[in-house]
Amino acid sequence: MKKFFSILLTLFLPLSFTNVSKAAGHMEAEVIHWWTSGGEQAAISQFAEAWQEMGNTWIDTAITGGDNARGTTVNRIIGGNPPTAAQFNISKQFVDLVEQGLLQSLEEVASAEGWRDFIYPPELIETCEFEGEFYCVPVNIHSWQWMWINNDVYKQVGLPVPQTFEEFLAGAPTIQDAGIIPLALGGQGWQESGMFDVVASSIMGFPLMQSIYRDKDVDAFRDGRFESVLNTFRELNTFTDEGSPGRLWNDTTAMVIEGKAAMQVMGDWARGEFAVAGKEAMVDYSCVIPGKEKYVALGGDVFVFPKNDDPKVKDVQLAMASMMVNPTVQAKFNNAKGSLPMRLDVDTSAADACMQMGLDLIQNPDAIMRESDDWNTPAFTSAWDDIISEFRNDPNYTVAQVMDDLEGVLTSGL
Amino acid sequence: MPLFRNIASIIALLPMIIISLTVFVGCIIYSFIYSLTNSKLIPVTNFVGFDQYERLFKQRKWDVAVENIFIYGFVFTIGCLIIGFLLAVLIDQKIRGESLFRTIFLYPYAMSFVVTGLVWKWVLNPTFGLENSMHMWGFSWFELDWLVNRDLAIYAVCIAAVWQGAGFVMVLMLAGLRGIDEDIWKSLSIEGVAKWKSYLFVILPMLRPMVVTAIVLIAAGVVKVYDLILALTSGGPGYATTTPAMYVMENFFSRANLGQAFAASIIMFISVVCILAPWAFYEFYLRNKYAAN
Repeated sequence: MKKFFSILLTLFLPLSFTNVSKAAGHMEAEVIHWWTSGGEQAAISQFAEAWQEMGNTWIDTAITGGDNARGTTVNRIIGGNPPTAAQFNISKQFVDLVEQGLLQSLEEVASAEGWRDFIYPPELIETCEFEGEFYCVPVNIHSWQWMWINNDVYKQVGLPVPQTFEEFLAGAPTIQDAGIIPLALGGQGWQESGMFDVVASSIMGFPLMQSIYRDKDVDAFRDGRFESVLNTFRELNTFTDEGSPGRLWNDTTAMVIEGKAAMQVMGDWARGEFAVAGKEAMVDYSCVIPGKEKYVALGGDVFVFPKNDDPKVKDVQLAMASMMVNPTVQAKFNNAKGSLPMRLDVDTSAADACMQMGLDLIQNPDAIMRESDDWNTPAFTSAWDDIISEFRNDPNYTVAQVMDDLEGVLTSGL
Repeated sequence: MPLFRNIASIIALLPMIIISLTVFVGCIIYSFIYSLTNSKLIPVTNFVGFDQYERLFKQRKWDVAVENIFIYGFVFTIGCLIIGFLLAVLIDQKIRGESLFRTIFLYPYAMSFVVTGLVWKWVLNPTFGLENSMHMWGFSWFELDWLVNRDLAIYAVCIAAVWQGAGFVMVLMLAGLRGIDEDIWKSLSIEGVAKWKSYLFVILPMLRPMVVTAIVLIAAGVVKVYDLILALTSGGPGYATTTPAMYVMENFFSRANLGQAFAASIIMFISVVCILAPWAFYEFYLRNKYAAN
């Protein structure tokens, strides 16, 4: 027994000493995020490693599902036990937190390092800036604007790979006759509304979307083009399979990979699934940004830093914010994540053909598209998306009715 | 002096009374107050009157949710009672291997609703579930698309729920059946009453306390149904199987729309009170009064 204790002591003594000796420059940070899939874990661990190389401790609080993770963050902030950093989307999700003064301003480090000079595109600065101060760190850009297409399917039926939704619809009956599902869609609210916005932007263009989603311009909404978007969306949905309701996005992507389905509309995170399956971009599958005018949407993630009673935490938070925008860390992180970096001076030599397409496009300021949740609260976007989802699932829900209901949301002041 | 008659038991109950007053009543008041605000992500005291309620009643989704809870409540309660009672009667026939069957029928109840939901999700999935198996066995006419059919999806939820809940009702009923005096059975058989008639008209009314218990327990489960639907359909297709509880949870957590969530939960509370109050008043108060007279 004595021996056992002495072993224990020898095991733990060095540990306790190292803890003490390191305490001076040592910083401990707890980070809440929802990156739990394989590729996502690889990405967040780039942040964790960079942080640990600085001699600090990273406490990883991964929570499955963005909703759950954000809910936890808010509950912990209100409960007085805030994490050091927490993930949100590039959106209005955290505006309330800023307005209630619950987030740490990052202005000190932002102006010292000149964030306003290198963060690109500048729309990202708008997302994070409130009354002239930075409150969040954008870390990546994810775009929804993609059609993922199985090339073999189109070769098999002898059709060219479609570049627009009109072309896709023209070829869809032929594909259906060949016993292949033309459109792979997972029937979950976020997938349906995500696809809807891609259809909308590719048909009616970004300027009109902006006047509807941002300016709440009822005349623009009623000028007929939105109705044609709804009609196209309804037509597209006649080419899905009956297994669609509730299907996960990656199971849906797998259908395209395996050739059971021809096309899926999904954000650029779908590329990871093709890569894992050993498929090569532009050879086995095509990634197409649909429409004549091509856009890259500014989706993605930010980190916010909740205020803490302990004044020492502020230094930790500023150090971490600075680490996240570091170009080397950005390169590693985004290569692992498959997303575009939030600055242009980052090494992207590892990018594949699809990612390169996004990188080229984002340099053109006119091609940058913003999403509804950049301007609107979750209450607005979810009310809107409910109607879109119901429109997809209920064939008796007429376009005229949908227009009235959407106008109701538009003018609700949510 | 009825208040001080059982002073010891009142003291024993005091902690419970205090907790329910502060937690339940306190939270109800809190919810009501904040349902009058336009709180989004965090509770703020920016009062907007009854706007949240007005918005709530304009939501198509809320209508669907309310309709669903009535369908679910009705089918689930009736289904559990009928199937549970039938199972209990069958097991009561002094069959061989009774404990084995009892265990089998009760087993679903031991599972969490999430597991039940997932199991039925796979069984009812048209592309790789039962329908697919039947097609592969050559029964190509077989169709089971309830889960993806927006008009039938809520009944698929009911099936899964009844599958889980019926065994529990069975055990309650069986306990009741076992408590029936042998002499009653003897006199019934002397009178020559058919077996099914004796069960339906003599034994069932004697099981009234069991039925009431079962209904109370089932009803409590109906109002808060959430996990089963989340696992089985996530409220889909579209929002065809959403329920008021899901609506509340959604607005609380993912939609950052606290005011709306509070308003919906207050409406849920009021409707439960409206439905239960007259019945509870009759069952626990009036009946005792008449019985005493």
